[in-house]
Amino acid sequence: MTGYDEERLAELLRALPPPPAAWVQAAQELPRARREVGGIVARAEADAAYRAAVLADLEGALADAGLEPNPPAVEELRRRLSP
Amino acid sequence: MAGQTDSQLVARCRVGDDAAWAELVERFGRYVYAIVVQGFRLREHDAEDVFQDVFARAYVSLPSLRDDAAVRPWLAQLTRRCCIDRLRRERREEPVEELADTAGEDELARLDEAFAVREALAALGEPCAGLLDRFFCRDESYHTIAEALDLPLGTIASRVSRCLAKLRTSFEGRSPASTASGETVTR
Repeated sequence: MTGYDEERLAELLRALPPPPAAWVQAAQELPRARREVGGIVARAEADAAYRAAVLADLEGALADAGLEPNPPAVEELRRRLSP
Repeated sequence: MAGQTDSQLVARCRVGDDAAWAELVERFGRYVYAIVVQGFRLREHDAEDVFQDVFARAYVSLPSLRDDAAVRPWLAQLTRRCCIDRLRRERREEPVEELADTAGEDELARLDEAFAVREALAALGEPCAGLLDRFFCRDESYHTIAEALDLPLGTIASRVSRCLAKLRTSFEGRSPASTASGETVTR
């Protein structure tokens, strides 16, 4: 591991800027999100009217559960509600 | 949580430790982000979707990871696949081979190298880690750094220079094997 002058190290440091904080936070909340989605699905299985409402507005259902309705979360909910 | 190897972190994630998962996202978020935006040059909206998709898939598939120490190359491969899937959906007329070449091996190798430097930076500890991160990675001005770290403005340039020299010494003294195995201790 030789040949790293300070200019090269600086260039390599610049190569990894932080992602937007909101992206990181959403990814970090994935375990909780999956639990919340599980709760929505369980309720939907017991309540047909609720299930219809969720299917009509997946993003809204996620938001009501305090979750960011990003595409993976929406897709996960859709997948788990599909027959 | 600080100072854990990748293997230890993955083992904790596997048993459902939410804090370990948050640490894993923190540890590899920059790397995934760099592959998405620098390697594949995805637009902001697509990049965000892919970033979330990578970690969603990783969360589900982590239990099947064969070698916990290889979590970083595994994430890199997962990120590449997610990027190619996204590009394939958008550019249906282009051959898959061209999409696969969108992020060249050289660029990914450069990001691996950058990750190794970042690990060395984390191992330096404070104040150098924070100072160099703010200056080089977050592109903050001397003025902003001085305010945030409560340091005299006139000392920032010399401190950056000293910390960079310290990083060079530390990085060049590292074992090359530790970088290749992914078993380095970070943060």
